[in-house]
Parts: sequence; C-alpha cells; structure tokens
Amino acid sequence: MTTITEQPTAGEGDQLEPPSRLNDTLRQIMGGSAVISVLAVVIALVVGAILIAATDPTVQTTSAYFFSRPSDMLNAIWSSVSGAYVALFQGSIFDFTATNFVAAIHPLTDTLWDSTSLIAAGLGIALSFRIGLFNIGGQGQILAGAACAGWVGFTANLPFPLLLIVALAAGLFGGAIWAGLVGLLKARTGAHEVIVTIMLNYVAFYLISYLLKTPVLEAPGTTNPKSPPMHSGAIFPPLFGPQFSLTIGFVLVIAATVFVWWLLNRSSLGFKFRAIGENPRAARTAGINVNRMYIYGMLISGALVGLAGANQVQGVITSGFSSGIDSGIGFSAITVALLGRSRPWGVLGAGLLFGAFQAGGYTMQAAQNVPVDIVLVVQSVIVLFIAAPPLVRTIFHLPKPGSRKKPTPIKTLTTTEEVVSK
Amino acid sequence: MSTAVANAGIDESPIQLEKAVIKSWKTPIIFSVFTVLGALLFIAFGRSGDTHFNLTTSFDFIKIPILSVPTRQTGIVIPILLLAITAFGYWRSYIAKKVPLWLTAIFAILFFVGFLTWAAAGSTTPVAVPGLLLSAIGISVPLIFGALGGVITERVGVVNVAIEGQLLAGAFVSAVVATVTHSAVAGFIAAMFAGVLVSALLAVFSITYIVDQVIVGVVLNVLVIGLTDFLYSQVLANQPSQFNAPTQFPILPIPLLSQIPLLGPALFRQTVIVYIMYVAVFLVWFGLYKTRWGLRLRAVGEHPTAADTVGIRVNPTRFWNVLLAGAIVGAGGSYFSLAASPLFTREVTQGAGYIALAAVIFGQWNPVRATLAALLFGFTTSLKYTLVTSASPVPSEFMAMLPYVVTIFAVAGLVGHVRGPAASGKPYIKS
Repeated sequence: MTTITEQPTAGEGDQLEPPSRLNDTLRQIMGGSAVISVLAVVIALVVGAILIAATDPTVQTTSAYFFSRPSDMLNAIWSSVSGAYVALFQGSIFDFTATNFVAAIHPLTDTLWDSTSLIAAGLGIALSFRIGLFNIGGQGQILAGAACAGWVGFTANLPFPLLLIVALAAGLFGGAIWAGLVGLLKARTGAHEVIVTIMLNYVAFYLISYLLKTPVLEAPGTTNPKSPPMHSGAIFPPLFGPQFSLTIGFVLVIAATVFVWWLLNRSSLGFKFRAIGENPRAARTAGINVNRMYIYGMLISGALVGLAGANQVQGVITSGFSSGIDSGIGFSAITVALLGRSRPWGVLGAGLLFGAFQAGGYTMQAAQNVPVDIVLVVQSVIVLFIAAPPLVRTIFHLPKPGSRKKPTPIKTLTTTEEVVSK
Repeated sequence: MSTAVANAGIDESPIQLEKAVIKSWKTPIIFSVFTVLGALLFIAFGRSGDTHFNLTTSFDFIKIPILSVPTRQTGIVIPILLLAITAFGYWRSYIAKKVPLWLTAIFAILFFVGFLTWAAAGSTTPVAVPGLLLSAIGISVPLIFGALGGVITERVGVVNVAIEGQLLAGAFVSAVVATVTHSAVAGFIAAMFAGVLVSALLAVFSITYIVDQVIVGVVLNVLVIGLTDFLYSQVLANQPSQFNAPTQFPILPIPLLSQIPLLGPALFRQTVIVYIMYVAVFLVWFGLYKTRWGLRLRAVGEHPTAADTVGIRVNPTRFWNVLLAGAIVGAGGSYFSLAASPLFTREVTQGAGYIALAAVIFGQWNPVRATLAALLFGFTTSLKYTLVTSASPVPSEFMAMLPYVVTIFAVAGLVGHVRGPAASGKPYIKS
C-alpha cells in the first residue's frame, strides 16, 4: 500500500505559519455547505438576471447601437434586472410602497402561505432521501392526498373542527397509501422506487382526471372536471385574521418540521432510517429489518406529502379542485429537499425561500412583465450547483474543505490491513 | 493452471460444457393474463351488433370495401386464438425455449383487433384503421428516439431521467431555428445540438462532479421546462411570426411502398424524420451488438472495473456516449415542432420523456424491444383518441394510464425479473 499525502491547495507561504483558530473556522465555513448554498443562490440569481436582461425588449433595441452609445444598453440592463428583482422582493418580503403596515407585510404572509405546501411536501421527500429512497412521486402523492382530503371535505357533513381533522387525516392517509405502495413494491420485489414513483404520478393524474368526470368527485350539475367546494367546516381558518391569506396550515407545517426532526434525531425508528440511508447492508447486518423500514419510511414520507395535498384543498384552493391541484409542488418539493440537504430545518428554510420566489414571482410578472417561469430556472440552477460543491468552489476559487487537516496517518491503515490478513 | 494441466493428462476427450436449463415462464404468464382479460371483456361482457372498419385510404392501389364484422362472434374467435398462442407459449417454456418475439407481436395485434372490435361495436362511423396506425406512429416517433437515447445512456452506465428535458429542448430549439433560418434541416440539426447540450450538463454533473444521476436528471427536466416556458412566454408568444413559425418537413411518400393498404400510409407516407428513425433503430441495434463500440459501451455499463482493467477508459466512454444519446433524443424532440404540429407550445412533450423511460425498461434495455414497447405505448395513446370518437365503454383515462401501469408491473417483477445494466446509476471513481 502506497502512502497518500494530501497536497494543501493553499499557497506555500501559509504552510509555514501556524494556522490561527479563526482562520480554521473561516475555512470550514467557506468550504462548508452554508457558503456553498449562498453562492449557489447568487449564481442562480445571476443566471436569472442574464435571462431577464437578454429577453428585455429595451435591452434588445439598445443593443443595436451598443458600440456608439453603450450607456443606453447598460442602463436598460440595469433597469430591467433591478426592476424585476425589486418587484420580486416587494412581492415576497416587504412592500415599501404600501401606505399602511398591513399592506406592507402582506407579501411576507403570502410567502409563508405559498411555502406551506412546499415545506410539507419537501419534508416528505427529504425523509425518503434520508432512508436512501428517491421519492420522485410527490405529484402523485399530493394528488392522492388532495383527492382524499377533498372528498371527505365536500361529502362529510360534520361540524367545524371535527371535519377539518377528519379531512386532514384522510389527506395524510391518501398520500401514505400512494407512497406506501412504492415501499411495499420495493420491499417485496425490489422494484426501483424512482421508476415506480414516476409512473404512479401519471397513474394518479389519470385516475383523478377520470374520477373528476364521474359523480364520485365531480360537482353535480356541471360538466367541468372539477370537484364541489369544501364544506366550511373543512377549511383551514386564517391565522392572522381574514385580511391575510395565511392559514393555520403553516402552524401544522411547523409542527410537522418539529416532528420530522424528532423522528430522525431522537427516535429509534429515525435512527434505523438513517442507518439504512448511510449503508443498508450494514444496517441489515446490525439486525434492522430493512424491507420493513422501507415500507414504514415511504408511509411516513407519503403522509407528509399528503399533508401538502390536504393543505392544497383545505387551505389554498377551497372552491373545488381539478387534476392540476398539485400545481407543480411535487417536483418543486424535490428541489426544496435537496436545497435543505434533507435536514428538517434546512427544508423549512428552503421551502420559505422557494415560497418567497413563488409569491414574488407573480408580482414580478404583473409589475415588470417578467414571466413567473423564471422562478423554475432559478430554483433548478440553485439545486444543480448545491449538488455539485466542487463546481461552485472552482467558480469562486474557494479552498477545499479539510485541506488544512493533517494527512491521516496511513501507517495505522496498513497495520489494520496486516491484522486482517493474518 | 496446474489443475487444468493435470486434467488434460487424465482425460483427452473434448470438454463438455454444462448447459444451464433456464425455463422462463414470464411470457406465457403475461399471455394468460391477457387471454383471461380478453375472454372476460369480449365474451362475458360481450357486446352485440356489428363493428365497421375502414381499412384503406384514397391513396392505396387496392381498395378494400368497409369491413363489417359481427362483434359477438369475433369476440369468441379471438380469445380462442389467444388461448392457442398461450398454450403454445407454455409448451415453448416447458421445453426451455424462448417464446419468439414475432409471436408476442401477433398476440398483441390479435388482442388489439379484438379490443377495437369490442370497443367500437355499434358505432355508425367506421373505425379508420390507417388513420389509427398513422397517428400511432406519429405519437411513437419521439418515444422511439427517446427510448434509443435512453438505451444508450443506461447501457453505458448513466441513468437518464432527463429524456424529457432533452426532447423538450430539441422541440424548442428546432422551432426557433427552423423559423429563423427558414430551413427544417437546420432546425433538425439544431435540435440535436440542444439535446447534446442537455446531455452535456447531465454528463458534467453526474460523471465529472459525481452528483447523483437521478437528481441531475430530475433537476435538468425542471430547468429545461423553466427555460422553455420563460423564453416561450417572453419571446415566442410575443413575436410568433419571427420565432415560432417553423418551416415544416414535407411529407415524403415513398413510391409504391406507401400505397400498400393498411400499413403503407402509416409507415411510408411520413416525413423524413420517421425514415431517419428507422435507420437510427437499426444503427443503434447494430452498433450495440455487432461493433467494437457497442461491446465497449456495454462493458462499461455492466462492469466498469473490468472494462478499465482491459484498457477501456470508462469515464470518457460514458461522457461521449451520453452526448451521442442526447443528439438522438434531441432529434426526436424536433418531431414535435417540425412535423407533428406547426409550432412550439408550452411543455409540448407532456411527459413523453417519461414514457420513453418506461419503454427502455419495458424493452429490457434492448433497442429493438424498446422500440416495440414505444410503439405499443404510442398505439394505446392513439387508441385513446380514436375511442373517444367511437363512444367506447372504456374511459380514455384508463387507456392513457396503461403504459405506466404496465411499466410498474414490469419493474415490480410480478411477471418475471427485469434486470438492467449492472453498473447503471453508479459513478465510476478510479482508485
């Protein structure tokens, strides 16, 4: 066995000085995930800015005479990009043009409202990632959850808090069943969950499209494939009064975040999940029933995504749902889970960020004529770069994490090998 | 080594290799399921009346009059034929022989004939079979290109969930380029470059930066959807005449062949993209199984360490073949804008990439089988549209669901085990 020595990437001068503690901490932060996340967001916003500027009509006309008067084009670029991002901020955090306080913080509550489903679904997907399962089936599970919650919400005639709870439970159940099926197939037959979840997305879509044409889900007396509105007892009440659209769904999602944190970090089930996620073979050797954990994991993951589905029909669109009720949250949730690095609090933060993009995106579209689809581009670029830290480090010339560490003594490695060979 | 020498000294007779007898019951079991299903639908829930088929178009050199068959009698004959094929399938499996692919094809065709007869019973407008086949091929074209690209990427060891994104990028870029240059050929070539571009991202992130391949694929799909949606609403929708009026590929009927009744119009009265597709299917099959390139490609996907040991450079092989696959899928994407519809619309692919992925798996990572699977999926989709007009008792949503359900059954191994390339999805890190 040859010895491997790590070459420090920093300059030669650094090697002579003893590194200070602050320097080390700084290096860890710079090389670590926090800075990578922020830089990925920066790169994505730059990509978004390039797209906004390139497609802006004023920029295009001024670019024709760029060489005779470059200031015109630069001004046009600045006004288009800053206008769009200011509108994004205004629509998602704080509207400084508003006359009173309620109107000024209205965007912030919109952000929280928009992020509710994203966080719930993101938690579900993140949980599956921690078990080493790729749950790409957010769309199908949201649809299943929404259909179940919605069906209870408009058929059962129960008083207010009871119907809300029953409908919510139905939503969790629907999502759990749809995902549990994947876990069952994975455990029993070894079917790859990526393929099965993708296929089940479409099955759910067509199944609900069909049911929306039958009396099971279709509103009576109409020909639209749309369900009747929810009973008032099933609708999430507003959190800060009727002038804000934010509902108690957000509180439920915070509770779900705490629950996932507790499950993963404090419960024995979560310990087993994480053990399987790290190394399923080692987990099996340690006596964990991996197949059973796959089923449990997918059931819980699906229930969390089902919470997003229930929130869609009980909190967001209460006037009756169609087969597009998931509104792309199933796939956004994957990016939320990735950006949050599959940690519950990280998912909460990522969900809030993407909720802000969504809320601000519509303001941007209305005020600056920048299509809201730019949000999808920004989100996916963020996730691509977060997933590839070495690329971000190369772009910003950041040091490698751990490049300060002493090379691990190889001698012990050889001795253990010798022991094993004996 | 020494034992072999010792053996040679004792026994001079030629070595008899032991033959493993593998009896695969997969195909006959599928046959049984469909025979039972057919018997249930066509006999137990049989419908009375006549079913009319229009078998020819005005172009054909032989005119066949409208064919009318009695629904109930046909519904009895077909399950009997299906039963016979199933029995033959069991016998072939019993003697440990494979059920030939052509028999499966005949079985599928018989089943669909029975299904059409049953579903369109009593309808006054005859079922236009050539039109049905024509639209089936049309829907299948992007699926087949996607499946071919998918087969190559998966065979070389990279999971390709980004087929959807590659198709969409191809469709978008071909629409813009064909409009600006007034040339469909330029659009077609540009579509291939667009597919390569998406593939390059997939390759850079999954091979160079070792990001999980499924994650990259999913995110790339979202990225391409976002980009095309943004550019569509910002540019294409505002100036459609300047950017979204692509010059179309003309329909090139092949003389004589296109006049064959029934199949001629569907197969040989098409645009040049379809003819390129025929060639591509053959080339990919030939390349994968008959050339050095294919052998190396499959070796890298099955056992990269062994391939590396014999001197094949694993990651460059993966990189270049992922790019090649992107070109193929991108070319398929151009079909949406240059042949299927006169312009690009938002998210025009509508999940075709995922069906193509399903076809790859259902076709067991084999280009010919994947093509047949894509054709099957295309046919069921086109059947969906035909049956809407002929007042079928089967809801169109269930027809649309079929490819996905079939794929779940296939991967769940309920009908035998589906095994992909061994190293697919695993990055190769040279130690």
